[in-house]
Amino acid sequence: MSDQDRIVITGIGLTSPNGNSLAEFRQNLLNGKSGVVDYETRYMGPVLAGVCNFDELRYQKKKDLRRGTRAGSIAVYCANEAVRDSGLDWPNVARDRVGVYIGITEHGNVETENEIYEISKFQYDTKVWSHHHNPRTVANNAAGEVTLNMGITGPHLTLGAACAAGNAGFIQAAQMLRLDEVDIAVAGGVSESIHTFGIFASFAAQGALATHEDPTKACRPFDMNRNGIVVAEGGGICTVERLPHALARGAKIYAEIIGYAMNSDARDFVLPDANRQAECMQLAMKRAKINVDQIDIVSSHATATEQGDIEEASALRRIFADSKAVINNTKSFIGHAMGAAGALEMLGNLPSFDDGIAHATINLDDLDPRCALPNLVINQPRELGNVNCILNNSFGMLGINSVVIVRKYVG
Amino acid sequence: MTSDQIRQVILEILERIAPDEDLTDLDDVRPFREQMELDSMDFLDIVMELRKMYRIQIPEEDYPNLNTMAGTVSYLMPRLKDVAVGA
Repeated sequence: MSDQDRIVITGIGLTSPNGNSLAEFRQNLLNGKSGVVDYETRYMGPVLAGVCNFDELRYQKKKDLRRGTRAGSIAVYCANEAVRDSGLDWPNVARDRVGVYIGITEHGNVETENEIYEISKFQYDTKVWSHHHNPRTVANNAAGEVTLNMGITGPHLTLGAACAAGNAGFIQAAQMLRLDEVDIAVAGGVSESIHTFGIFASFAAQGALATHEDPTKACRPFDMNRNGIVVAEGGGICTVERLPHALARGAKIYAEIIGYAMNSDARDFVLPDANRQAECMQLAMKRAKINVDQIDIVSSHATATEQGDIEEASALRRIFADSKAVINNTKSFIGHAMGAAGALEMLGNLPSFDDGIAHATINLDDLDPRCALPNLVINQPRELGNVNCILNNSFGMLGINSVVIVRKYVG
Repeated sequence: MTSDQIRQVILEILERIAPDEDLTDLDDVRPFREQMELDSMDFLDIVMELRKMYRIQIPEEDYPNLNTMAGTVSYLMPRLKDVAVGA
């Protein structure tokens, strides 16, 4: 592979229910600190959620917040933080050579629910339906708001990929960089899902919405007493570049994206499929030209649903049963950040390249034998020494799977 | 409502749709757009707020009447004269 095809991560911006920077997020992952709290949602009353508390006005005016969406606001915050972290000389960057690729699980539900609620106060008179509804709900909204805020005139896409979307943002970035469509990609995933009651109600109707008297204990991947998903909001966005571009400006390189894959189960609207997940991970490793023994950490998707965890555990056992790789999970700390999940899950693991530690999966007190996994990092971080490769696994509804493999960059 | 009361209502609407602006010294006879960031979507917010608050339908051909505070108050006076504040 030529250096022009080597893709690296050079800046990170994130907001998570337990941290608004990589350093804070990482520290809380190592400390076992949850970001899940009690939360009120329209019609349903109290639920549990992962709620972000970033500084919305750091990069936007009050009017921007009023005009735009929560997904847009999260994306704008994370994208600006990533660019600032990247050390790019942003005023002199050719903005027509910057692409924005942001994964999302769903979009438009928040605004649609809000508008229907609003017109319900006017006997459903559609004349009071907001003129802001369409620009807020177009599927490109989150990435589009980033371009508006940052003066980016290159391409932008918001990628709908269910809960595989965070990885999809990184994958799109890598592909567009390799095609030389852009020189810099601002890429990752976002979620505003806690602001729509529908997602909570739908998971509840499926019997897949987590409940627990202690919110911090509610998300329990692989545990016998897991009882579903904790919905979360969040965002994880990176600046991504071709290696020579990054080296030429002396950029800090967090990681190299060495492999990726996406595939489809073609089987069920909701239920995941261990066979296709395993194929997706194997394809990513094949493209990365590595074998299973070279993976040090597997960041599992693990939503803490009954069947989701069983299927994923089956796929992971198939590949990693005899390997040295340790397996961890992020949702146990923050809930399911939907479109941001894959991005946050990968980013929270990147500091392992420097500190050699794998953070844990928490709230695992009674392992479900059907989810037994080799080298599962349970409740306490584990010192690994040298970490070179991380595999980030994600999957979502309609049978979409995505995998990204990153490697420590050694110049 | 009196003209002063209508002015106050408009001012409160402007404060909501342009929360970053300082409207203390708003000149009633100069166009809004010369004094604050106000694009066409914001302008529609003014129309929408009036519709929600007072069920007033303002036809598009009348929009030029709403370019200034004085024009807006003058336009709304006959339409809101029988409306109580806060109605």
